[in-house]
Amino acid sequence: MNVIKTVLRDRRAAVGLGVLALLAIVAVFAPWIAPHDPLAQPDILRTRFLGPFTTAPDGTIRWLGTDQLGRDLLSRLMFGARISLSVGLLAAVIAVALGTAVGSVAALFGGAVEGVLMALTDAALALPRVVLLLALVALFNPSFGLVVIVLGFTGWMPVARLARGEVKGIMAQPYAAAAVAAGASPARLLLRHLLPNALTPMIVAGALGVGNAIGLEAGLSFLGLGVPAPGPSWGNMIASGRDALIQAPWIATLPGLAVVAAVVGCNLVGDGLLDALDPAATGSRPG
Amino acid sequence: MIRRITLRLVSGFGLVLAVVTITFVLINLAPGDPARLWVGPAAGQAELESARHALGLDRPLPVRYAAWLAGFTRGDWGTSLAQQRPVSRVLRDALPYTVLLSAGSLLLTYLGGIIVGMVQAVKRRSGTDTAITVATLIVYGMPAYWLALILVLVFAFGAARFGWPGWLQFPALGASGLDADFLSPGRQLLDRLEHLALPLTTLALIGVAGTARYVRGALVDVRDRDFVRTARAKGLSPWHIETRHVMRNGLIPVVTLMGLSLPALFSGAVFVEVIFAWPGIGREMVAAVGARDYPVVMAATAVFAALVIIGNLAADLLYAVVDPRLRRSAR
Repeated sequence: MNVIKTVLRDRRAAVGLGVLALLAIVAVFAPWIAPHDPLAQPDILRTRFLGPFTTAPDGTIRWLGTDQLGRDLLSRLMFGARISLSVGLLAAVIAVALGTAVGSVAALFGGAVEGVLMALTDAALALPRVVLLLALVALFNPSFGLVVIVLGFTGWMPVARLARGEVKGIMAQPYAAAAVAAGASPARLLLRHLLPNALTPMIVAGALGVGNAIGLEAGLSFLGLGVPAPGPSWGNMIASGRDALIQAPWIATLPGLAVVAAVVGCNLVGDGLLDALDPAATGSRPG
Repeated sequence: MIRRITLRLVSGFGLVLAVVTITFVLINLAPGDPARLWVGPAAGQAELESARHALGLDRPLPVRYAAWLAGFTRGDWGTSLAQQRPVSRVLRDALPYTVLLSAGSLLLTYLGGIIVGMVQAVKRRSGTDTAITVATLIVYGMPAYWLALILVLVFAFGAARFGWPGWLQFPALGASGLDADFLSPGRQLLDRLEHLALPLTTLALIGVAGTARYVRGALVDVRDRDFVRTARAKGLSPWHIETRHVMRNGLIPVVTLMGLSLPALFSGAVFVEVIFAWPGIGREMVAAVGARDYPVVMAATAVFAALVIIGNLAADLLYAVVDPRLRRSAR
């Protein structure tokens, strides 16, 4: 719970956490708070392309308008949050777990193991992530599980480098040497002493990873390679809005704003945590 | 220094080899039969078998890998299944467009990012600094494909609808106008620049936002150092301090950032090429993914990896130029 306290101490991180909490609440309770069925297409000809704040023929107000099939945009955004947030979160969990494993094993064993693992990490890091994603998605048919796994398996490399540095730093501490002297096995040393102490930087990496994954998932959906329709996702909403960009610019604009809010929220939490942990790092981070 | 470069070159080749090997294995593990794709769903078993033989798919995997790798290193990258022309031709046609777009946005990104970050560092904790910080945070969070659509909306459709002056209207699709072949060379250049404007702006805006955040942090860090205080105490002019003391030290890590940011740049370029129908490698790759055109997917992956590695090598060399400590220790 230390982490949450640290987050709330930093104003930026608190704002970011607030944004994310709001989005999470909307996602969880979407079936109950969404004003309409996100898939319903009532009388397409008369309800399509309604602008925000207009009243539909059935007398209900469409706060954010409707899309080209007459579906309620606000409801679709709410349901879309479920896919975006869950993909982002699960992919980041995979990435952090995998990265932490690779990085800490490299640091713990050193020598040839470290050399091979870190060379592998650098190799994977050299590829543009979207290119990797495209190559992988091209091979298999897109599904929720595939998108999560592929995003997780292409996002672990920065975490691995971070974890290696952290674990090496902790191993230089007297208490790590004391544990070794007391006869702790490498596994025990890692699980009981090293990882708990390296936890917070991993959470920072996780927060930044969630934001990245959300943006990339929407991008894959935008290309028609993400979580498949019919369910709304922010990415496929932007894609469908692209076809009606002139007539109804709000269809593409609004889901994009949702993506921006989620990504900025994650980055705020990550940056804020980073600053709270290490005041010397003034919110700077390679893009 | 020469040893360092040689080492980097060798490891770079190893990296490209590793990337294409992994792609080869993955593609051959994947479900779906390229031969079936080639002959079409109506073909019978005999035709399928002969297609498998013609494509070499009936040979064991290591043999296929050796044959494919031998061809790949000779520049024989196979034939595109969808376009029925050599993959090397497809990519050679597309490469200049991707390089033009990426190099242009890299230039604008660092020029703009350094200027904006510098302004922020000099005016630290002022209203300007806060405003720019918020703006860069938001722009940096924007997905490239979405920002691209917004720019199209404003500067292609909006500009036309609201009758903005011609210099504020930009084409939203392609790399040249329909009449480009009939224009004079000067006009052709202008036409290309007009078509480049929106894709380039999309990538550069996001790049500037990311770089400025980093540059601001790096410069703020240096400005608090003792040697800067000494320079101030000596009564040097603020301009002299900023350019000679703060920037020269603060911008060294930015060169490393340039190499590290290449994968992200190419990732963004893939989306931007698709949206603006910019005929580069990213657009070819997305089309190939849709058509299950594996030879093109593999070769495009390798080309992107090679571009990143070349870029990193260039950043390494530049690093040696800007950091005198490295030059001396390498000697």
